[in-house]
Amino acid sequence: MAKSIDVSDLNIYYGDFLAVQGVNMTIKARAVTAFIGPSGCGKSTFLRSLNRMHEVIPGARVEGKVVVDGQSLYGPSVDPVAVRRQIGMVFQRPNPFPTMSIYDNVLAGNKLNAKRMKRAEADAIVEKSLRSANLWNEVKDRLGKPGMGLSGGQQQRLCIARAIAVEPQVLLMDEPCSALDPISTSAIEDLIHELKTDYTIVIVTHNMQQAARVSDETGFFNLKATGEPGHLVEFNPTKKMFSNPDEPSTEAYISGRFG
Amino acid sequence: MTDLSKAMSNTPETPGTPPPSRTSVPLTAASLPSVAQLIVGVIGLAVGIFCWLILGWPLIGSAVVGGLVYLVGLPAWSLAVEGKRAATDRMMTGLIWTTFVVAMVPLVSLVYTVIDKGRRAISGDFLTYSLFKTALGQPDGIYHAIMGTLIITLGAAVISIPIGVLAAIHLVEYGKGNRLSRVVTFLVDVMTGIPSIVAGLFAFALFTLLFGPGFQGGIGGSVALSLLMIPIVVRATEEMLRLVPDDLREASYALGTPKWRTIMRVVLPTTIGGIITGITLAVARVIGETAPLLLIAGLADKTNTNPFSGAMSTLPVQIYSFNSQQDTIPLAWGAALVLIVLVLVLNLAARIIGKFFAPKTGH
Ligand SMILES: Nc1ncnc2c1ncn2[C@@H]1O[C@H](COP(=O)(O)OP(=O)(O)O)[C@@H](O)[C@H]1O
Ligand SMILES: [Mg+2]
Repeated sequence: MAKSIDVSDLNIYYGDFLAVQGVNMTIKARAVTAFIGPSGCGKSTFLRSLNRMHEVIPGARVEGKVVVDGQSLYGPSVDPVAVRRQIGMVFQRPNPFPTMSIYDNVLAGNKLNAKRMKRAEADAIVEKSLRSANLWNEVKDRLGKPGMGLSGGQQQRLCIARAIAVEPQVLLMDEPCSALDPISTSAIEDLIHELKTDYTIVIVTHNMQQAARVSDETGFFNLKATGEPGHLVEFNPTKKMFSNPDEPSTEAYISGRFG
Repeated sequence: MTDLSKAMSNTPETPGTPPPSRTSVPLTAASLPSVAQLIVGVIGLAVGIFCWLILGWPLIGSAVVGGLVYLVGLPAWSLAVEGKRAATDRMMTGLIWTTFVVAMVPLVSLVYTVIDKGRRAISGDFLTYSLFKTALGQPDGIYHAIMGTLIITLGAAVISIPIGVLAAIHLVEYGKGNRLSRVVTFLVDVMTGIPSIVAGLFAFALFTLLFGPGFQGGIGGSVALSLLMIPIVVRATEEMLRLVPDDLREASYALGTPKWRTIMRVVLPTTIGGIITGITLAVARVIGETAPLLLIAGLADKTNTNPFSGAMSTLPVQIYSFNSQQDTIPLAWGAALVLIVLVLVLNLAARIIGKFFAPKTGH
């Protein structure tokens, strides 16, 4: 069910401000693709344009093409809501729904869309999603408790469980570990490894080691200069990227000699 | 690992050798005895009583003088013994307490007077009979006015809540600074400042146009009150909706939820407690309105539960009417007490509802 994503000549704007310019890449299905780069170079912006979350911000728009499995995401009759059902997202800050229990949070994608299902079916989805998110054992005795009562790392895994409960084709993760301690981070990295057999995963990270550990391919974004739009400098298999990058600026960034 | 051990060895971990001492700062300072506040307070009280009873000054003047003695005396003493910082602290503490007391005096005095005078009028008969006499010697009651107030306020709520909440949803969720939402915001601001009598005149004119001159009825009162209530509901709801972090909306969109469902199932449930609190406070605000109801709902001795026909008394108008005749003034106090209790109950309800619906954190 996983799908590949083809991006061609993508320009992303906030109003008149061009934030990201001229991105071309192919994101492979059933693989983990990592984006690295300095703050403000447009990694989040680019990620959000892959499931049409970008346009949620007033004035934000996109030029160019994003094709998922032969369908253009920005085609004239494409429903952004349908796109987001196929391409799920996990945010930097864990954001479980505060009015909902752990159980309801996992089912939120179904419940919010008023999908009817039998109790047994719902239970099965909850257990499967929480198990996939490595959270089941920690919360199985308190599924009725509020999701906000969990620790930061658990909340983030709850958000991942919520995202995979609707069985998307692609999972976008924007710095999912930046607010977490090393143990939760490693739990989520293990999870990403497991999930990649079923999902296409795209992850933004500030942590070079994390990119090296979890991803198959890596894209390096950078700003040409301050005030200029961000762009994709290099996109290569992670092994090559971290051992023998094509661009000198990639090597400078990865080895910490940046700027 | 080596980095870690290096970092560890940098931390001072040798308790045997204290760091070279600077000139040590004393941690103790002279302070007033703990009864100092009491002593100065008693002196202030004594001065106040002296002015009032011996010199025959008016009560308020004496209280001011006594208070001043305390406010100046304690910091002055503290300045002499404890130094500048403690003196300032004592003076500011005293000032804050004084302003608090000054603010509380009218409130407490008002509630006390109403309870004291009102409770004599209150009885089972007072709450269950109307003024409409079917037998000689039938007791006076305000049942008709209580019903009128409840019906008219309910009508106002039924009109204002959907309009107000939907307008706020439009402003926050769909408007985002476009022209229509700026115009609506401006109009809401203007409406907030409408004098209640103008709202009453508007309703009066409206119903005169619709049903001919001389129309009186509860529904007119509801319309007038809703004019006053809508801006409060819009404002309160708007404020609450803006508190919902965009994170939550985005989390919902990212699950493939359409915007309207996000609003209904995520945004509103998250803030419903605050919205209900705001609505309840808006009701409490308009339930005591008199002028517009005097104009359009009028006065009737008989209990009238049909808002669409005939005059309908309400508590504020009934109080106004009771107060205009010497022999019914005690009834006015009774009705005032009932009205205050109604408002109090609404406020309490608002708090309880707000607590009940607040998102649970699980801690
Ligand atoms: N909501 C927004 N409105 C306007 N500009 C934005 C917004 N979000 C981000 N930007 C701008 O877009 C550029 C890229 O930001 P972002 O994608 O968040 O970078 P990154 O995630 O790589 O740190 C920055 O210059 C930032 O100021
Ligand atoms: Mg970012």
